[in-house]
Amino acid sequence: MATQTLGAERAAPKAHRKLPSEINILLVLIGIALVFEILGWIFQGQTFLGNINRLKIMILQVSVIGIIAVGVTQVIISGGIDLSSGSIVGAVAMVSMSFAQAGDYARAVYPALTDMPVIVPVLIGLACGAVAGTINGLLIAYTKIPPFIATLGMMVTARGFAKWYTKGQPVSFPTDSFASLGAGMMPVLIFLTVAAIFHVAMKYTRYGKFTYAIGANPQAARVSGINVETHLVKLYMVAGTLAALAGIVVAARGQTAQAGMGMMYELDAIAMAVIGGTSLAGGRGSIIGTSIGMIIFGVIISGFTFLRLDAYYQEMIKGAIIVAAVVADTYRQRKKMKKA
Amino acid sequence: MLDGAGAPARGAYAGEYILEVDNVRKEFPGVVALDDVQLKIRPGTVHALMGENGAGKSTLMKIIAGVYTPDRGEVRFAGRPLVIRTPLDALNSGIAMIHQELNLMNTMSVAENIWIGREPKYGFGLIDHGKMAAMTRDLFTDLGIKLAPEQMVGDLTVAQKQMVEIAKAVSFNSDVLIMDEPTSAITETEVEHLFRIIRDLRAKGVGIVYITHKMSELFEIADELTVFRDGKFIAAVPAAEVTRDQIIKMMVGREITNLFPKIDCEIGETILEVRNLTLPGVFEDVSFTLRRGEILGVAGLVGSGRSNVAEAVFGVTPAASGQILIDGAVVDIKSPPVAMRHGMAFLTEDRKETGCFLNLDCIENIQVALLSSGKVDNRGFVNQREVNRLAEEFCAKLRVKTPNLAETVANLSGGNQQKLLIARWLLTKPRILILDEPTRGIDVGAKSEIHRLITQLAAEGVAILMISSELPEVLGMSDRIMVMHEGHVSGFLDRAEADQVRVMELAAK
Repeated sequence: MATQTLGAERAAPKAHRKLPSEINILLVLIGIALVFEILGWIFQGQTFLGNINRLKIMILQVSVIGIIAVGVTQVIISGGIDLSSGSIVGAVAMVSMSFAQAGDYARAVYPALTDMPVIVPVLIGLACGAVAGTINGLLIAYTKIPPFIATLGMMVTARGFAKWYTKGQPVSFPTDSFASLGAGMMPVLIFLTVAAIFHVAMKYTRYGKFTYAIGANPQAARVSGINVETHLVKLYMVAGTLAALAGIVVAARGQTAQAGMGMMYELDAIAMAVIGGTSLAGGRGSIIGTSIGMIIFGVIISGFTFLRLDAYYQEMIKGAIIVAAVVADTYRQRKKMKKA
Repeated sequence: MLDGAGAPARGAYAGEYILEVDNVRKEFPGVVALDDVQLKIRPGTVHALMGENGAGKSTLMKIIAGVYTPDRGEVRFAGRPLVIRTPLDALNSGIAMIHQELNLMNTMSVAENIWIGREPKYGFGLIDHGKMAAMTRDLFTDLGIKLAPEQMVGDLTVAQKQMVEIAKAVSFNSDVLIMDEPTSAITETEVEHLFRIIRDLRAKGVGIVYITHKMSELFEIADELTVFRDGKFIAAVPAAEVTRDQIIKMMVGREITNLFPKIDCEIGETILEVRNLTLPGVFEDVSFTLRRGEILGVAGLVGSGRSNVAEAVFGVTPAASGQILIDGAVVDIKSPPVAMRHGMAFLTEDRKETGCFLNLDCIENIQVALLSSGKVDNRGFVNQREVNRLAEEFCAKLRVKTPNLAETVANLSGGNQQKLLIARWLLTKPRILILDEPTRGIDVGAKSEIHRLITQLAAEGVAILMISSELPEVLGMSDRIMVMHEGHVSGFLDRAEADQVRVMELAAK
């Protein structure tokens, strides 16, 4: 209502930017890290943050899910959700590994197709993810079923496919070049690359702007000339492809693929996005926010382990933190709207 | 101030004022929304509250409804200080409010919507649907509303929904009824109906606060009026003692001599032609032409298919048969992007539903159509600096009032939101501009600015199709008027021959 003042009437409104909203989330991260640091000195008599090795392990643990979270973030910004990413990780881990086996292994899935160049399993894996994501997108855009249901269907189907693929047998012995995709800090590097690309895409390209618009008001987006249907297909295809990339990294890192890989990753990825300030109502969120959300996630897990907190408590507290993040976000939103 | 006796009060209270707002002040960070304002409502009168968007009317209503607490001052109801924490408190203490936006549950029946929370019950707390339907029928008979209690609210037209809202508010038998722009979504016939209801309630001693932007309504229904400007109380006078121009002057602090400043301009060749456009059950056999620099007004009752024709022309819901010609060539407009490629722009009827991205900022709202037209990007990368420059330029031109363009659009007033949406389309440099209710629910100042802009665009050669439910607007702005009735074009009128009576004859037939 009364946002207009006489002063504002004279001056032409400027397109200046406010402080990025990610600052809040960053402060939360710093706060949580400091709490662990203090608790560390009290209960363990040692530093939490000062241990570089611990931080390395922490970031490695969350990077793979972080790759998924990037794809999930853009889907959630568009007002949707993707529950299928964890299962796509499992399915793609199996498929890509089966094309990446070393020749000196006697029981390869495709004995004629061993020692393939690393690009082959990678492309096949990514293609599988893209196909699964496209199916999600087509169902959501053209049959108008809710994203929750469409991707739930894919979640069950893809997991079933992963089990059927080798009748439940794990697939192992990759070539060295394939294994190197998951070795050392490679997963972190891949995550950073993906996050950087999608940060730019969401902020500086039509792809990103359209995603926000569709999430904020799909009808208005349509009337404004955005082809909402094709854009949704693209979004879910990208999410599927990124889940596939995570699947490849998981398989490479473990040097083996099992049908159960990636179980619950979809929920962790959604949690990272939500903790990072992505609104499930659509229209709001960012890759930087999700990246900070990912680190918060990592700090909490690694912090609890550091404090030798029982794993059961860890899960319970993790759940509470996710809910708290959403409550805080909802509260912030309401305050922002009421200011008017 | 006023003197003379008001109508006798209906309830136990026999004082002079049923509702008194006394020196209420409310500040928000950086803004004084209300600066010691007053509002005094007598029982049995209709009291109009006037002011531009942003004048503080809604803030005051929110204080009365218990959404905000005032920083200073007092609200008295029937002589006693009013303490309200929730909308339910307000209803229980005898204040009912009809909000500008509809607040109905689409998936429930008319009766369930009206009596929610107060359903008549059998023993064991089970709901007595028979009695509820009977109560609804009684209420509707009283108010002259022709709707079945069992009807789903989602199946009703906007105007019918508004009637349900009004019936619901009346059903509380309140002493004070606050109506926030109740006529913004309904047509002349329903307005008449509403006014009959209001007069009945007034005769029963209810004090009615009537918020509106429409001058004609004001003089027809209001006994007294209070004017706010920029959060300040300006005046309270009997409606009979002021003229329209005086009120406008009080509201905007400046004279607006002509509300509809249509300038004559050269009308060029035909740019859009629509032939026998049909969408079965919605509209049939609609044909018209639109020329460069021409404003073709579209009048008709709500539900006559006006907006549907516009949606068909823009490709939102394409017609089943018929032809659309642009520059003499038949085009197949199957979606909005195709329409935009042919130089069309479409300002939709419902700002909130199909217009604004409420939780995004101004820039993000303005740039969408330009981005989807693909004119300002380089392989998908947006030239944000250029977009911002254009947005700033158009916001200055349209006099959008906002602290800055990073402000969330939900925090802007209706008039400013509408200006942003117009800016969104002007950025695409349209040749054909379709405007559906361009000034609905916005204040007089913004309205005349938008009217000026529309004629200016016509003078620049843009062909304009303007749908409006406000007859003075259609009559004042249009070069020609197309009138629709139940999905058919019932006639065309030239500017010279058109008047309210002729249009209404064609619209209501």
